Amino acid sequence: MFEPEIETMPVKELKELQLERLKATVKYCYENVPFYRKKFKEAELRPEDIKSLEDLAKIPFTVKDDLRDHYPYGILAKPLKEVVRFHSSSGTTGIPTVVGYTKKDISTWARLMARGLATAGVTSDDIVQVAYGYGLFTGGLGFHYGCEELGAATIPAGGGITPTKRQIQILKDMHSTVLCCTPSYALYLAEEARKEGIDPERDFSLRIGIFGAEPWSEATRKKIESALNLRAHDVYGLSEIWGPGVGMECEAREGLHVWSDHFIMEVIDPESGEVLEPGEKGELVFTTLTREAMPLLRYRSRDISVVDVEPCECGRTHPRMLRVLGRSDDMLIIRGVNVFPSQVEHVLMRIPGIGDHYQIIVDRDILDVLRVKVEVTPEVFSDKLAELEALRRRVEEELAAVLNVGAKVELVEPGTIPRTPGKAQRVVDLRKGKI
Amino acid sequence: MVVEQVSVFVENKPGRLSKVTRILGEAGINIRALSIAELGEFGVIRLIVDKPHEAKAVLTNSGFTVGVNKVLAIEMGDEPGSLARIASALGDAGVNIDYAYAFIARAKEKAVLIARVDDIKRAEEVLSREGIGLLSAEELQSL
Repeated sequence: MFEPEIETMPVKELKELQLERLKATVKYCYENVPFYRKKFKEAELRPEDIKSLEDLAKIPFTVKDDLRDHYPYGILAKPLKEVVRFHSSSGTTGIPTVVGYTKKDISTWARLMARGLATAGVTSDDIVQVAYGYGLFTGGLGFHYGCEELGAATIPAGGGITPTKRQIQILKDMHSTVLCCTPSYALYLAEEARKEGIDPERDFSLRIGIFGAEPWSEATRKKIESALNLRAHDVYGLSEIWGPGVGMECEAREGLHVWSDHFIMEVIDPESGEVLEPGEKGELVFTTLTREAMPLLRYRSRDISVVDVEPCECGRTHPRMLRVLGRSDDMLIIRGVNVFPSQVEHVLMRIPGIGDHYQIIVDRDILDVLRVKVEVTPEVFSDKLAELEALRRRVEEELAAVLNVGAKVELVEPGTIPRTPGKAQRVVDLRKGKI
Repeated sequence: MVVEQVSVFVENKPGRLSKVTRILGEAGINIRALSIAELGEFGVIRLIVDKPHEAKAVLTNSGFTVGVNKVLAIEMGDEPGSLARIASALGDAGVNIDYAYAFIARAKEKAVLIARVDDIKRAEEVLSREGIGLLSAEELQSL
């Protein structure tokens, strides 16, 4: 462990530390950011009203649009003179979000990342190849500073700048022991290496991979692990909150530890905004406790997950978030139950021969109806109707178990579901316009 | 002695049988026997054709999911009681008929039962012991 004292601090003490830091952060935001002062006044709230961690729920949420509305500098708590770096994410809507860092923010982030890297098993003896993009994106520099802070030998092989052939050469010649990049790039690297006749077991020295910045599954984890001969860890972060380093999987790999001394993590119902209990699925909301340039109060991540506060076998006392299940923007509400297209995909992927082409259709009869169209491939086809029906039912049962709402599965002929270049239209909501 | 049956997955909606048979017709494939089984929104068209593997290829190329599997072509007299004789021979031996369909051959005064059974080997033994004939693919085509 990088900071064993704080990483294994009893939960009660961590909560005391959080409350102390929360009070200070709220006061700091109120005094230094007009945006927050206005929000507090509208909610008829004073910083002194926050007396316990439960009082956090009184504070209005901060959303991505708030950052856009104050583009580029309007939400900073420090004068530009004290800002030493900016990162920015473009997003799909046009107006970017800009995130500022003071000198202290940069060093806090580096320590946070170093702690995370150590949590994944990285030590100062490692040679770390950072193949995340360096630049406005937080991935590359975030990992870079963390690796240096930890004392590992850091190779800034920024993805997108360093060609894949060169990445492979570095992996081979410099004996990188840790690879950090997106999971899709890891798969691509493995594929290209194989084309060059490289055997990862013989030619590479990798032992750990830290993959994030895009959603990935357990199936992908297995694929990457066998293709690159390493142990893969999930990392979580948001560009609005530093970047990578918010959460990291320890050796138990049963969720990502989110550091309580730096963040308060809440789970809310994305519709009502109500705070949910640990174990309940909802949108993650983060409050930063140690940021100077851009503190955020109750920032809605749009990421859907589940929080686990049970003790972890690694000995760390900080709560864990499970792998991100999806984005709240994609959420469907079926008969009052939240359903994510990614959940449907996960179920279908578990059944061989099914899942490459599927479509989710939501309609309303009297109640909402969820239909999942699945193409029948030669792999699952049978000339016996009973076997086809058994397959259909199996998919229905597995979906019902995961979604907590019934779905009607329809077997369709291959090619029936429209193919579009790029992102397939997986969800068709026919309810729009119906009462 | 087994024959190969082509089965095609189809959605239960108008025009599917016409599409399947048109593709086969255009490829010069002759259909000997056919059955359609449906369950709700989908079904399976099962066909005995003169060129099963060609049939599979042309249908697959047209986007269908196609299987080829082994069935028995059991010869029976075109007279009362002959189907019962076959069914009880198989039933007594514990062989289950998953599905079956029959047709009458024009030239000879014969009928043919196409049957998918759960134990082909056992069925062959039982039928041969009972003196019930099985047709080969070639014989089936010459009927």
